Amino acid sequence: MNKQSNTYTILYSAIMVVVVGAVLALTYMALKPKQEENIANDKRMQILSAVHLTAEDGDYKAVYDKYVTETFVVNKNGEKVDGDAFSINLANELKMQEAEIKLPVFVCTLDNGEVKYILPVYGAGLWGPIWGYVAVNNDGTTIYGAYFSHQGETPGLGAEIAKPEFQAQFEGKELYKDGEFRAIDVMKAGQKPADNTDYVNAISGGTVTSKGVEAMLKKCLTYYSAYLDQLRKENTTNQ
Amino acid sequence: MLSKKNKEVFFNPFSKNNPVIVQVLGICSVLAVTAKLEPAIVMGISVTAVLAFANVIISLIRNTIPTNIRIIVQLVVVAALVIIVDQVLKAYNYEVSKALSVFIGLIITNCILMGRLEAFALSNGPWDSFLDGVGNGIGYALILIIVGFFRELLGSGTLLGFQVIPQALYDLGYQNNGLMILPPMALITVACIIWVHRSRNKDLQEN
Repeated sequence: MNKQSNTYTILYSAIMVVVVGAVLALTYMALKPKQEENIANDKRMQILSAVHLTAEDGDYKAVYDKYVTETFVVNKNGEKVDGDAFSINLANELKMQEAEIKLPVFVCTLDNGEVKYILPVYGAGLWGPIWGYVAVNNDGTTIYGAYFSHQGETPGLGAEIAKPEFQAQFEGKELYKDGEFRAIDVMKAGQKPADNTDYVNAISGGTVTSKGVEAMLKKCLTYYSAYLDQLRKENTTNQ
Repeated sequence: MLSKKNKEVFFNPFSKNNPVIVQVLGICSVLAVTAKLEPAIVMGISVTAVLAFANVIISLIRNTIPTNIRIIVQLVVVAALVIIVDQVLKAYNYEVSKALSVFIGLIITNCILMGRLEAFALSNGPWDSFLDGVGNGIGYALILIIVGFFRELLGSGTLLGFQVIPQALYDLGYQNNGLMILPPMALITVACIIWVHRSRNKDLQEN
């Protein structure tokens, strides 16, 4: 057969594509369960980071199962709705109608018996998405810990939001001021919010990403505010 | 098994015909993944695996490939192998796969691959091509590891994540060199390696 003819070339490429496609599909299917396990573990690691827990041996599933005692889903009005908190992708939820947004809550009981509520947040940085988990005390206002990550912020500038130094600033900050929901402001060093909201210092040179964190917290935690309100009332009447 | 020619094919890329410091191919990934030693090693292994298999596959089918679509055939083979490597890393070494992110995908565009496929695999048998692929892959990995070694040691004071520079030295006022983490220092480190290599191999010097 003439190897330079058009028929040969077309047949050759058609067969090549089918063979390569089949090989890739097989690889994908064979490795998929393992990959999903890794992605789930990575998510557990991020959730646990918000309450300063890690797994020394990398077995995040065991640590997660031990400390995360309850997960549930709430809607914008703070009512519990059906759904599996762990499998919810907040990025997709935020695109929906406000009333339909499902908000996952991870309840974590620490060794000393304290209960923390871990809430996922998702927003936009300078180059791509940023996300994180915020752990709130059972008074519904004080932040116990925060974890942020990003897809591709500038190293040394915006990417610093993933560093413990930035995240540690959020500890002890309050989402409510005088009974009103205010979230947390991210201000340039030396500046203060005019309305006395709790604030943290932005990253010098990473203004857009810092403002992205502020907007992300405001937007996502506002959705949770009805639920946080409930928490706040429950635990102040009890005391 | 290893004739004189085969030995040359295998060992030349280590030094005299190194893909990075003599042919100056694949520099882009050397800049990108060498801030830490571990991703550098994984990248070296990944490129070696892709290059060896791509060389063998292309060499096996070299007599059937229609000349006018040979570059496309090479690309398809390389792309398929790269996706397999990427999937395997995602399944068995998720942390490193996150650190390397897009660079695994960019192995496809690594000039060493197309260079070796065009220059060697298309005109040699599978065993020779395999040796050529492994040799060039290791030659590339060697440079990556040397650069990664110095950048992690001087930039973070660690090797493979373990603290190497003792705390006592920091107490005396020693500081990690933040510049080593940034891409330009990879280029400068590579340049230093080329300098040392050329001054030791006089026959590589042009007038």
